[in-house]
Amino acid sequence: MPLWNKIKNVFRRDQLNAELEEEIQSHLHEAAARGRDAKEAQRAFGNSTNMREASRDLKLAAWLDNLRSDLTFASRQLWKNKVASAAAVVSLALAIGACTSSFRLIDALLFRPLPVANADRLHVVTMSYTDAEGKQDYGDSFNYPLFRELRQTLKDEAALIALGYTNRQDITFGSDNEMERAHRQHVSGWTFAAFGLKPVLGRLFTENDDLRPGAHPVAVLAYDYWRRRFGLDSHVLGKTFRLGKNVYEIVGVGPEGFTGTETGTPADFFTPMMMNSEAINEAGWQWFRTWAAVKPGVSLELMRQKSEAIIRAHRAERVKQWPAGAPKDRIAHYLNTSVELQPASAGYSGAQKRYRKALSILVVLVGLVLLIACANLANLMTARASARARELALRVSIGAGRLRLIQLMLVESTLVAVCASVLGFAFALWSAPAVMSRINPPDNPMRLALPSDGRLFLFMMALVFLVTLTFGLFPALRASSVRPASALKGGEDPHSKRRLMHALIAAQVAFCFIVHFVAGLFLASFDRVSRQPLGFSPDRVLTLDAATVDKAPPEAFEQVVAQLRSVPGVEAAGLSSWPLMSGSGWNSDVYVNGGPPHPIAPYFLSVSPDWLATMKIPLLAGRDFRNEDAYPRVAIVNESFAKKYFEGQNPIGKSFEKDEGRNPTRRVRVEIIGYVKDARYSNMRETIPATAYFPFRSVDEKGAPVQKQPGAFVVRTASANPLALASMLRKAVPLARSEFRVSNIQTQQELVDQHTVRDRLLALLGAFFALVALVLAAVGLYGVLDYSVLQRRREIGIRMALGAQPLNLAWRVSAGIFGMLLLGSAVGLALGLLSERYIESLLFDVKVTDWRILAAPAITILVSAILAAILPIVRAIRIDPVAMVRAE
Amino acid sequence: MPRTDTLQGALALLALKILSRRGPLHGYAIMSAIQEISADALRVEEGSLYPALHRMEECGWIQAEWVAAEAGPRKRVYKLTAAGKKQLAAEEGRWLAVAGGIQRVLRMA
Repeated sequence: MPLWNKIKNVFRRDQLNAELEEEIQSHLHEAAARGRDAKEAQRAFGNSTNMREASRDLKLAAWLDNLRSDLTFASRQLWKNKVASAAAVVSLALAIGACTSSFRLIDALLFRPLPVANADRLHVVTMSYTDAEGKQDYGDSFNYPLFRELRQTLKDEAALIALGYTNRQDITFGSDNEMERAHRQHVSGWTFAAFGLKPVLGRLFTENDDLRPGAHPVAVLAYDYWRRRFGLDSHVLGKTFRLGKNVYEIVGVGPEGFTGTETGTPADFFTPMMMNSEAINEAGWQWFRTWAAVKPGVSLELMRQKSEAIIRAHRAERVKQWPAGAPKDRIAHYLNTSVELQPASAGYSGAQKRYRKALSILVVLVGLVLLIACANLANLMTARASARARELALRVSIGAGRLRLIQLMLVESTLVAVCASVLGFAFALWSAPAVMSRINPPDNPMRLALPSDGRLFLFMMALVFLVTLTFGLFPALRASSVRPASALKGGEDPHSKRRLMHALIAAQVAFCFIVHFVAGLFLASFDRVSRQPLGFSPDRVLTLDAATVDKAPPEAFEQVVAQLRSVPGVEAAGLSSWPLMSGSGWNSDVYVNGGPPHPIAPYFLSVSPDWLATMKIPLLAGRDFRNEDAYPRVAIVNESFAKKYFEGQNPIGKSFEKDEGRNPTRRVRVEIIGYVKDARYSNMRETIPATAYFPFRSVDEKGAPVQKQPGAFVVRTASANPLALASMLRKAVPLARSEFRVSNIQTQQELVDQHTVRDRLLALLGAFFALVALVLAAVGLYGVLDYSVLQRRREIGIRMALGAQPLNLAWRVSAGIFGMLLLGSAVGLALGLLSERYIESLLFDVKVTDWRILAAPAITILVSAILAAILPIVRAIRIDPVAMVRAE
Repeated sequence: MPRTDTLQGALALLALKILSRRGPLHGYAIMSAIQEISADALRVEEGSLYPALHRMEECGWIQAEWVAAEAGPRKRVYKLTAAGKKQLAAEEGRWLAVAGGIQRVLRMA
């Protein structure tokens, strides 16, 4: 009989019985009609119940039927203990929700394959290097001439694809007054074909769209952008938009779900590599990643070796053009790079690199919270089972098998787990996007597709299964081994159950300790990193990114700054190539006293007069720039610069040389006219780099002013909320020079905060999990203590009757628990210390062995344990010995 | 249906055969048909006929349908299915083989 019919029959048993009865009646009627004796016919049927059973040989049905009654029984049980059940469900839901939500994030960021035909064959070529501190790291930026060479040489092994970094651009669809931001990714013309992608509208690029520099102003929209920006309007084909100097025509829309390869930063539109025309033939311009769709049967190691040989040869060629006297070890590091092929089926992005470890540590924390919740439930189930010992014993004595009892208990556990996972799923639906929006700075948050699909469903099923087994199976096994004779007499060894509970308490405390310890590290680390001295004041400072179609002459910038300064509510204004802490940077070698290049290259920033005052960077000696100063003649340097290159002496009047732009053979001489205090340039964690500020205005060899692209205007406002001035400032810029547009306004504080986003996230989530873990563990502790007092009330009563002191009793009741507390803390401490090496790289200036960080969780847990223990202990010493002894 | 012993198997075989010859019938009619054709040599017990019919129904060999009668309660009428026809052929072949074997043994021994 098909399984389905059997299952169906279980649920329509009443109907089947009625039908059987009707059929029998119809038979008897027929018999009577044919003249048979009614009584005889009736007798011939025999016992109709027997027939009913014989009618359906139903082992499965019996089992299913039992299951149904177990379910009813279990839900009745849960309903009876509403508070305890709700607490169990909610705590497990919290843990399951946190697990599910981390799974969604991690899966979306690190594991979900790109929606392309051959995701498992995709690799990204990376090159290892040694950074300034001597640590090994790897880079993935390539220049186009090298890419051409690689593509040609490896064409039999793999399809090589150049894919740019997805970044935000200012584009205009209508007039230049309506600038908007969208994410662009440069892609090789053959990318879509190599990925096996089909357009939903128009066409995708082909190799012919990527032939000559600057000659293919065409764009393909990502489906998601098409939906968001154009509402799936098919008239988008042929529309044009302006980006920089080029006007692009939209030729097609990509397939649904494909948003480029930069996981976490979806691309809105794609342009051919050749459209970055200035960079295409420059070997000094590293601006995209090299992807390889490896052909089947090709040895990855062989391909790696081949690429390594090409890249090393390319570098050997490049190094010949380096200025004479470059440090030997720098040359050696450059030449001896080793090449890796990193699997990139889930896309490839800086966000993955930055958050891989942070997320995996959060998973460990979440897992520990889940285990704590499971331990709670296991204790709850054990307590409940022992309260039901007589009922279970009765079931055994009327013939219930052991399996039947296990089933009964497991059904209850599963019911709890399923309820909790439904709630947890709802929690994850909300929390995963909420956490995601806190990754990366607020104006450019991480964007990941977080679908609720089969992968998520499978994960949740597996989780429920595991959780049920973890907390349900052991108590079920124990409860099922009940011996009716002794249980019905009311006296099994009560300590055996407590031993299990105590072991679980120790485990809970250990897990709780680890969670607290790690959260404490994250909190301390965030506290220290956000207290790093900046060297400038971000208060009330706005940064205005400006954009123009063409380069502008120096007077234009002066006019805009003057206009901004005249806006009411503005205290000071200036201009720099980019704001401090924006992530952009410029550094190159300098030569002091005609010597070889200094091993450490300083950072540079072009700034206008008054910029230093606007940022409140104090001048130590010399003077600020004036309007007539120009790059590369003069510079203002910071303390760190003086320390590194001039032994800490006052550098005013001294000079240094630096390479002039792209031409490495020509050097320019720079005179130092100002000396300022250190200010952070682009990083919160490293020491403040040697920095030289140059005038924004620059001149060429002949002294003629150079036209420049605008940078960022900075404005210090008088009002506490600087953004209140934003719209007025936005209007003021084109008022001064009509060709200038403001493309983005941010507070300087936001730019600073973006460097501590990960620390803040870890601290926030760490604190949240620590709180949840503490509450769960305390509830667990309370439950176990309460149960053991309840169980030992006879003993306590007798002891009291014999004259035991309350303090002594309190000690007797809680000693075991506090022993477990110490044991758990010790284990947690040891595990916490072991974790140091793994989380070290995420911490800033925090030592794991710092006693304050070790003491905090110990104290918190101890205090909560005492709080949780007070109530049961008070209950124990309040037991009235007379009532207790009489009750027995 | 795994546990069919010979007699139950025989009853099923007879019922299937009758349904294949005489078309849709209710339980009483099947019972009387077996009795009639075997000239009262085979008597089917009600207590085993209906369980057998229900098992065959659950196996998908026959299908049941309620049909209103001219007088009295409605009747449950059974009909052979395609799977039932296959089963009948198989059962019939097996029965004939067994019966032939038994006959030979009785004759020769």
